[in-house]
Amino acid sequence: MTHAQLTALLPVILLAGTAVALLLVQAITRSHRVTAGVTLAGLAAALVAVTRALPQGATPVTALLTIDRFALLYTGLLALIGIGLTLLSFLYLAGRTRLTGAYYILFTLALAGGAVLASSAHFAAFFLGLEMISVSLFALAAYRRDDPAGIEAGMKYLVLAGVATAVLLFGAALLYARYGTMAFAALGTAIAPGAGDPLTLAGIALVVAGIGFKLTLAPFHLWAPDVYEGAPAPVTGFIATISKAAVFALLLRLFTQVHLREHPALFAIFATLAIASIFAGNLLGLRQMNLKRVLAYSSVANMGYLLIAFLAGGPAGAIAATFYLTAYLPALLGIFTLLTALSGRERDADAIADYAGLAWRRPVLAAAFTVLLLSLAGIPLTGGFIGKFYVALTGVSAALAGSPAFWALVGALVVGSVIGLYYYLRIVLAFFQRTPAGEEPAAITRRVPDAAAIVLTLSTLAVLWLGVLPGNTLTLISLLVEEWFR
Amino acid sequence: MILVLLILNLLLGGGLAWLAGRWSASAARWTALVVTLFELLFVGLLWLRLEPAEGSPWLAGIVADWIPNFSVKLILLMDGVSLLLITLTAVLGVLAVLVSWREIQENVGFYYFNLLCVLAGVIGVFTALDLFLFYVCWELMLIPMFLLIANWGHAHRKAAAIKFFLFTQLSGLLMLVAILGLALTHFQATGAITFDYRALLGTAPGSLWLMLGFFVAFAVKLPAFPLHTWLPDAHTEAPTAGSLLLAGLLLKTGAYGLIRFILPLFPEAAAAFAPIAMTLGVIGILYGAVLAFAQTDFKRMVAYTSVSHLGFVLLAVFAMNLLALQGAVVQMLAHGFSTGALFVLAGALQERLHTRDLRRMGGLWTLMPRMGAVALFFAMAALGLPGLGNFVAEFLILLGAYRANMPLAALAAVGLVFATIYALWLLQRAFYGPVASEGAPRDLRPRETLIFAVMMAALLWLGLFPQPVLDAAAPALHRVPGVSLHVGAYVRGPRSPARVRESAHSVARPETAPLAEHVRNGDGSVWGDAKAGRGEAPAPWGRAGTGTSTIDDRRGGAR
Repeated sequence: MTHAQLTALLPVILLAGTAVALLLVQAITRSHRVTAGVTLAGLAAALVAVTRALPQGATPVTALLTIDRFALLYTGLLALIGIGLTLLSFLYLAGRTRLTGAYYILFTLALAGGAVLASSAHFAAFFLGLEMISVSLFALAAYRRDDPAGIEAGMKYLVLAGVATAVLLFGAALLYARYGTMAFAALGTAIAPGAGDPLTLAGIALVVAGIGFKLTLAPFHLWAPDVYEGAPAPVTGFIATISKAAVFALLLRLFTQVHLREHPALFAIFATLAIASIFAGNLLGLRQMNLKRVLAYSSVANMGYLLIAFLAGGPAGAIAATFYLTAYLPALLGIFTLLTALSGRERDADAIADYAGLAWRRPVLAAAFTVLLLSLAGIPLTGGFIGKFYVALTGVSAALAGSPAFWALVGALVVGSVIGLYYYLRIVLAFFQRTPAGEEPAAITRRVPDAAAIVLTLSTLAVLWLGVLPGNTLTLISLLVEEWFR
Repeated sequence: MILVLLILNLLLGGGLAWLAGRWSASAARWTALVVTLFELLFVGLLWLRLEPAEGSPWLAGIVADWIPNFSVKLILLMDGVSLLLITLTAVLGVLAVLVSWREIQENVGFYYFNLLCVLAGVIGVFTALDLFLFYVCWELMLIPMFLLIANWGHAHRKAAAIKFFLFTQLSGLLMLVAILGLALTHFQATGAITFDYRALLGTAPGSLWLMLGFFVAFAVKLPAFPLHTWLPDAHTEAPTAGSLLLAGLLLKTGAYGLIRFILPLFPEAAAAFAPIAMTLGVIGILYGAVLAFAQTDFKRMVAYTSVSHLGFVLLAVFAMNLLALQGAVVQMLAHGFSTGALFVLAGALQERLHTRDLRRMGGLWTLMPRMGAVALFFAMAALGLPGLGNFVAEFLILLGAYRANMPLAALAAVGLVFATIYALWLLQRAFYGPVASEGAPRDLRPRETLIFAVMMAALLWLGLFPQPVLDAAAPALHRVPGVSLHVGAYVRGPRSPARVRESAHSVARPETAPLAEHVRNGDGSVWGDAKAGRGEAPAPWGRAGTGTSTIDDRRGGAR
């Protein structure tokens, strides 16, 4: 292994190393603080390693991984969100359970899996990364053993993630049977543009189905609401942010390197998935009374919007999708921070009714929550708006450039956004409900711990910053992404 | 700079009012009042500082970079039409603060914060000439308005607020897609992406679809038949000041959009669409009047008269001649005062009688003679009595529309008869006849008298001396392409437009480069606005074909 390869791989090594170090720490002390501290240190070190690796260009490390700037960008994003989620997990676990060691080991392993996904250049790495995430997450989802909903969430995730992985593996096997390789780059040269033989199409379709499960694209979204609802708030946060961002990074890379997007059948499949996700997510979320379920459906819809940028392709599409995620992740992180901070011992504060009167009682929290929700809804001066604007820009641009199918996608984006706005507004209106003094929901009277306040402040500021002055971030993202397109 | 000051004053003042409200309610009230009075003062200064200059319609403005990756700029520019509407905003702002003085007793600070934010957003809409910025302002005035209705409104406020937001959001997103389509069409033609209104003129004059995207957004706000269904609910459920701002300002943003964007950006498509739009306008006039007549709720009735009155604006805009456009501008101002006053009246009645139901009113004149006289005045204004602003407006509009489409103008004139019926019927039911309610409601307070006096004065001024308003609007309206001038020849010639006050901005030649490359080049050098450069003025203004000196869109004269 050369020095360059080591530098490039260091973030992944550090993440995996943190998991090992945590195992060793458990032998010495079971202190929750030490465990969480080691996790934070490991993530911070990985973040530093990312910045050290950035200057060098794409570096292939073994046949499995290619660590380029795109991979590092996503790894850095994952580590940043991971730091926030670690703090949340610390707050959540403290006082709820004394078995904290395994949590952080699984957490870090899943994060390492995400980094592997973001840099994989081979179906084997794809599979490894996905399994690292899935196996860790179903244990994490069921981490509160006294909570039947958590056990149910874990089981559901286990079974469906298992099926998804099996489907994916079968697809990869079909491609291997046809072309004799599982490396993305080799497949890219081997698959002729417009190849229509059944083996190729079936293989790719199965891979897409596997990815669809992970991204909760309709009609593969059925597990999402139950798992979101049952899992502990920080784990739901992990599923909603890190696991999705990592899989989306892989999707972008796979389809850019293998040039599959131009294939008419695949285009039709993805366009259908996008439109179905937008409508399913927005319509099914309308009558939900549980905040986590609303977020599950909102994420289905948001993945649909993201697919539009993905389908538009080219550098603009990749930048738009990456920016969209960059704005989407802190918004979700902030919401889950609030959820965690205001949750009681016996159950999470995940009913919309838990927040009735928040604006009158805790105006600052309500303002931050409103900003985060409006970012998910795509209202101006939040990062979510710039993301949606850019997605619409690439969509309209593709439509004007001669693929009228994009008008349908942009139309779905418009109609879906309006439908979805209804459920965000419903939550915001709950903040302004007047409750008689002394009858407020318990959640809104709880103290927000300092760590949560910091995470909440930073994520809200990030969302606003990305919405008001997105210039620098856009420039940075485009510098990092366009390496692929030279 | 003064435009930025106008917006910042309201935003910061709103924050201040919120903070003051945590201390005491009356501190918040006084803060809001002082802020809006300052706003009025600034607008007054704006009028005084107008400097005549040749060649450009922009009276004041500022251009600065915002998001160079998309070549999005902060462009705030003001011409005569904007100036008039900003003045309306400032006046109604003060009145809205006064109207809420007693009505709002809960969370007063946050209330005034929202109120002032609505005003800031509206001023943003009236001055933003970067389409991205325009869209941002368009959305941002919604959220505080939504909160105003949802928190301080009447019984069904939440449903009405959500309906209002969703209607506007859907139409707004269609406009956003149209904005993107327009900017990308420009990009395909020149290789430079820009959202600068001045550069986008003449990009797609004949594109019906893009025009419809804009039209739907403005028609919802206006509101034009059949997109008006949010309006009665929102107006009825809003607190009094909310109704005043909705009727007085938010509806005007739709009318402003039609004049500012539809006609100049898509002159050919607008001309092709004109018969349909004018028909919709006439339907709105008649349908709104008929429905107004059938209402039993005072506010709901006034809300439907808005549909009717703004149908005249739609008719005028698509008549596409100077006379009608002048009428539209006067109608916007006059309607802001006359309908706004009726809403304030409804609020005052509700405060005293605890009902808005016209069937439970009657004989109020004997109980409250001063209020009765005020109601008579504004009912006369609504029905278009000569000497008041609405008459001038509707007269000009009908005159202009007659040139464009005689049958439709004739039908629209019937609307005036309908207006007479519903206005007199309103007076009859509420103020004449036997006394229906018990108790002795208090007549107008001095504060309320002041509010109504200001509005009466404005309507009288518009009705008796409309010339200054016509003069102020003329230079801007002359530039709207396709507007035939000869009809308006008797209107005094355009006042020489003032110098552009905007920062100098170097203009680079565009080079063709793919979209993503532009995004990377955050300096905007590649995306430089192609057409806005000196001597490269966009052509379509020239289509007015009149030899007036208002053709060029010069960006010089920086200061």
